[in-house]
Amino acid sequence: MSFLADRVRSRLSFGEALENDHMSQLHGQDLICVRGERTVFRALDFTLEAGGALILIGPNGAGKSSLLRMMAGLLKPYAGRLIWNDEDALDDMDEHGARLHYVGHHDAVKPVLSAAENIRFWAELRGGGDDGIAQALATLDIRHLYDVPGRFLSAGQKRRVNLARIIAAPAPLWLLDEPTTALDKATIKRLEGAIGAHRDGGGMVVLSTHADVDTPGAKTLDLAKFACSDPLDEEMMV
Amino acid sequence: MSAFVTLVKRDLSLAFRQGFDSLMVVAFFVIAVVLFPLGVGPEPNTLARIAAGTIWVAALLSSMLSLERLFQIDYEDGSLELLALSPVALEVTVIAKVVAHWLTTGLPLILTAPLLAVLMQLPNDGFLTLILALALGTPTLSLIGAVGAALILGSRRGGVLLSLLILPLYIPVLIFGVSAVDAAIGDMTVRPHLLILSGLFVGALALTPWASAAALRQSLE
Repeated sequence: MSFLADRVRSRLSFGEALENDHMSQLHGQDLICVRGERTVFRALDFTLEAGGALILIGPNGAGKSSLLRMMAGLLKPYAGRLIWNDEDALDDMDEHGARLHYVGHHDAVKPVLSAAENIRFWAELRGGGDDGIAQALATLDIRHLYDVPGRFLSAGQKRRVNLARIIAAPAPLWLLDEPTTALDKATIKRLEGAIGAHRDGGGMVVLSTHADVDTPGAKTLDLAKFACSDPLDEEMMV
Repeated sequence: MSAFVTLVKRDLSLAFRQGFDSLMVVAFFVIAVVLFPLGVGPEPNTLARIAAGTIWVAALLSSMLSLERLFQIDYEDGSLELLALSPVALEVTVIAKVVAHWLTTGLPLILTAPLLAVLMQLPNDGFLTLILALALGTPTLSLIGAVGAALILGSRRGGVLLSLLILPLYIPVLIFGVSAVDAAIGDMTVRPHLLILSGLFVGALALTPWASAAALRQSLE
């Protein structure tokens, strides 16, 4: 089993990896997403460089969450490729998982574990230590919740615990699905700060949002442009 | 290895803090077995005859009782997709969860079984073999059950579906578990039965984590 630990550790040296490899890049090529019988989007291309940010906009059902899940590898593209540094990103799912943090609609906060225990579990799974956890608690201003069990946390506090998880153990790619849900204005500012710091360190961020999140120099991807109103037509099947 | 230990410790602490799961499983096991003397009468010879079978069937059913929740809670609160995205292979995560499940449900069953064997008038020769057979068989039950638990994610009335999926697969474990105890009582050699149970365990350990992980990935799409 120790080979496994080594593998995990080698993937976690993200800081070093960034130094050797300034050219980290996530590239989506001609992606098609089909949910049920309906084509959500098609012919979608995007490129995200190290330090870059991509904001996904579009009406409900345009496929923002689907695209994020696709980038995470949770949802297989119907067609098209997802490329990380010239290699197919989804070839080795464990490796892909190690380089990303995903924040979805659910906060994954266990009601019987304290806020700190919740964060610690996810951090330890990725080799994060006490320093990272302390920094995460400070960044999102939840030090006072350290001992509070998850069941006593409000929706906004749970979201803060969930976001603290991604700061506690580093990973180059952040995939944030509506990260500002339930957050107050002050915390949104803190999140913007954290995203800024992450990008300054060479990290990448993809986030979907309806609210305004201040991310200077971010590219915007409007999913409505890739919508396909017709039901799955023959051309697309080819 | 450390990630594996982290996963097991987390599931154990969740089980201890929120769960009467272990307690419920043991209570169900005891009640199910106690029903038999009430049903077939207290005649010692009759009870001794059915003791091994009764205890094994009750163990099968009670181990299944807690399986529904093996992945369900993590699935509902979003933890499962994060576990799937962690650097730890999902197959390893499955094994860790099965280990935790066995420690909180299988192990208590093994510890309770001798008491119930006394109640069921199991001849003394059969005790050690019963415990050995359960120790070899219950991990297999948890491993096979994990496949079913992963397959039912997202379905309504999952519990009933789970029993339909899993109980047929439990039959080999039941047959050789009971025949091991019968062999011990009948003064025959026990070794082949225990070897087959070990074989079933090793086979399940090698195959079921892949199946469970595949089913989990499917459920997350």
